Amino acid sequence: MDLNTTWFLLVGVLIIGYAILDGFDLGVGIIHLFTRNEDEKRIAMNSIGPVWDGNEVWLLTGGGALFAAFPIVYATIFSAFYIAFMLLLAALIFRAVAFEFRGKVESAGWRKLWDYAFGIGSLLPAILFGVAIGNIIRGLPINGNGYYTGTFIDLLNPFSILIGLLSLTMFIMHGSIYLAMKIEGEFRRRVIGWTNTTWVIFVLLYVLSTFISLFEAPFLFEGILRNPIFWVLFVLLLVSVLYQPIAVKAKRFFQAFLASSITIATMIGLVAVSLFPRLVPSNISLDFSLTIYNASSSQNTLTAMLVIALIGMPIVIAYTIFIYRVFKGKTVISKESY
Amino acid sequence: MDVVLLSRIQFAMTVGFHFIFPPISIGLSWLLVLVEAFAWKRKDEIYEKIGKFFSKILALSFAVGVATGITMEFQFGTNWAEYSKFVGDIFGAPLAAEGVFAFFLESGFLGLYLFGRNRVSKGTHWFSILMVAVGATISAFWIIVAGSWMQTPAGYILRNGRAELTDFWAAVFNPSTMVRFFHTVDAALITGAFMMAGVSAYLIIKTKHDVLAKKSMKLAVIFGLIVSLLELFPFGHESGREVARLQPEKFAAIQGLYTTQAGAPLAVFAFPVMPPPQLKAKIEIPSLLSFMAFGDAHAKIRGINEFPRENIPPLFLTFVSYHNMVLLGILFILLTGLAVIQLYRKKLWESKKLLKLFIWAIPFPIFACELGWISAEVGRQPWIVYNVMRTADAVSTSVVPGDIIFSIIMFGLIYLLLGILFVYLLVKEIKYGPEPILLTGGTDTEKEVLS
Repeated sequence: MDLNTTWFLLVGVLIIGYAILDGFDLGVGIIHLFTRNEDEKRIAMNSIGPVWDGNEVWLLTGGGALFAAFPIVYATIFSAFYIAFMLLLAALIFRAVAFEFRGKVESAGWRKLWDYAFGIGSLLPAILFGVAIGNIIRGLPINGNGYYTGTFIDLLNPFSILIGLLSLTMFIMHGSIYLAMKIEGEFRRRVIGWTNTTWVIFVLLYVLSTFISLFEAPFLFEGILRNPIFWVLFVLLLVSVLYQPIAVKAKRFFQAFLASSITIATMIGLVAVSLFPRLVPSNISLDFSLTIYNASSSQNTLTAMLVIALIGMPIVIAYTIFIYRVFKGKTVISKESY
Repeated sequence: MDVVLLSRIQFAMTVGFHFIFPPISIGLSWLLVLVEAFAWKRKDEIYEKIGKFFSKILALSFAVGVATGITMEFQFGTNWAEYSKFVGDIFGAPLAAEGVFAFFLESGFLGLYLFGRNRVSKGTHWFSILMVAVGATISAFWIIVAGSWMQTPAGYILRNGRAELTDFWAAVFNPSTMVRFFHTVDAALITGAFMMAGVSAYLIIKTKHDVLAKKSMKLAVIFGLIVSLLELFPFGHESGREVARLQPEKFAAIQGLYTTQAGAPLAVFAFPVMPPPQLKAKIEIPSLLSFMAFGDAHAKIRGINEFPRENIPPLFLTFVSYHNMVLLGILFILLTGLAVIQLYRKKLWESKKLLKLFIWAIPFPIFACELGWISAEVGRQPWIVYNVMRTADAVSTSVVPGDIIFSIIMFGLIYLLLGILFVYLLVKEIKYGPEPILLTGGTDTEKEVLS
């Protein structure tokens, strides 16, 4: 496996890490919009209180890694998605400060304001995540010089919005399972209801968007049935999607959470398999696509970055697990809580 | 207005606002490492309360810092796509390394520090604030690596129409990385010290919690004096020498040296007017600039007149920001020095005027940081990478002025709101004060709430 492929995988791992970890706390943030009283709101927010910031770092590190490994993609995509990115940043800014600000002033109006900031600040990234992926898999208008030639409105096409709704449903489902692990009582019964409903919508949307992709981006499916990695991911996806409601029914929420995590990972994995070796297909001509070879950094940089990743990431994963273990169990509200 | 100017405004605004918070977070987290160590090792309840109280301020500044920092990671791509393509081979690595080595560390352990006080042992809890401080400092290191490479690029070759990495360590430890790192991190320590000192001074004056506040004040001013002295010498001094050696145009601009001179004087105070560039109402110390920059009072220093017009940075802004930064640096030494003397004479707690000054001085180190940043980055203009790429060639080609105007207005409004709320909540937190101290032992009547 060459360095470019390795970095394709590593960027994929970072995106999957982000989708699984920030995915559940975005989901909790969206469910927070529909909580019924102050107790529920505080428990929902504090269930992710100590960990959300670390989860969001996966996005930042993913951005940095993309910049380092595939600078042409970083530059092209981010400037192409300019307005979308600005909205995403605004959402993430409001969401981040909502945690800290919400409990600081004893006023119902103040809390309500930050409840909305938290909820919408979670909803928007959950949709935009899918919209971005949707736009990438259907191909962007990239010309022979590697420049994006579309506009912001082009990004809001029906297919990408469908993928946006898919990612939204997926994160709510994933977040509701996480929340079910951390809470009890009537609130939990309602949250489980969310899990079951979103599971059905998720399956329907996934089948629908796969079907539409056949027409929207046929190049994704070329030769895929002969690829063993495709089959491994596909079977894993199928098993995890089907196992999830069984685990939820048995109140084995941690297993259900693992199942939805595998669902997310394999879905993104399948997108990666079908894109490879392209990173951003061009819908002007597939020959203009940005690939892991024509958009990458030099071999020197890829090597240096690989060393950084191999030293850094095992340590990161070790202490992340340690921190999650400290906060495992039901969420309790204490003096230090948000 | 063109895309270049708009992108510069957008970048200056978002970085300038973000840069208010990291120095507070870095400085306070290191002070909290000390505070929590005293609390843990000496089993001192008062230090524990100090830790709890200042950790709230740390959390607030961290939250706004993180929120506004997200923008930084992406705007090279959104606004400076041509730059990102040109230098991505080198510039992306430190940003990614910052994520891997710093962001995970500080954000993960900050959660543990703030919410885990009763869930982990005292030692682990102390370790968590240590990791926050270490993480924040590593973060500073990698972003300074990236910034310094733009000032003094090294370890690269121009190939395939871009800057390609040839020597990773030469790029990381480019000629200005380490001087800049010490200079900036020490500035952050000063910022933290003044935050702690100012807040403590407020609590002392209001005579609430004064047992607690006197302890934190003492720590803050002693710590503050040490780091303020270090900032003048060696860190600030070395920073200046580095610029004199490697970026002569910037050096001439920040020092107001408009014509080449042997035995150049140090302009202590002046008002630059132009054109042609000249200093009015100046106070100078003869030959001192030559001596400080090159260790030789007769050394010849190149003035602005020696450089092509298209390569010189804006003169007014660089001179004024640099000189005010230095002025503030000296003020920090005077203030903390005076406080330490009064402390030694056991008169600090009665020196109400000095204490009040410390309250007003809370934002001064932040001003100094911003001014230093302005003189460094504006002084690099018209280059985005010194002598390699011009700022005008660095912007995104697919972005139109309307897009950037939208983002400037959006960030302008959001940051204005965040700035107001930060100050409001900070003041509220300070006025609410720390938890009261319960003296343990003795009878109930002897147990007394100090308030």
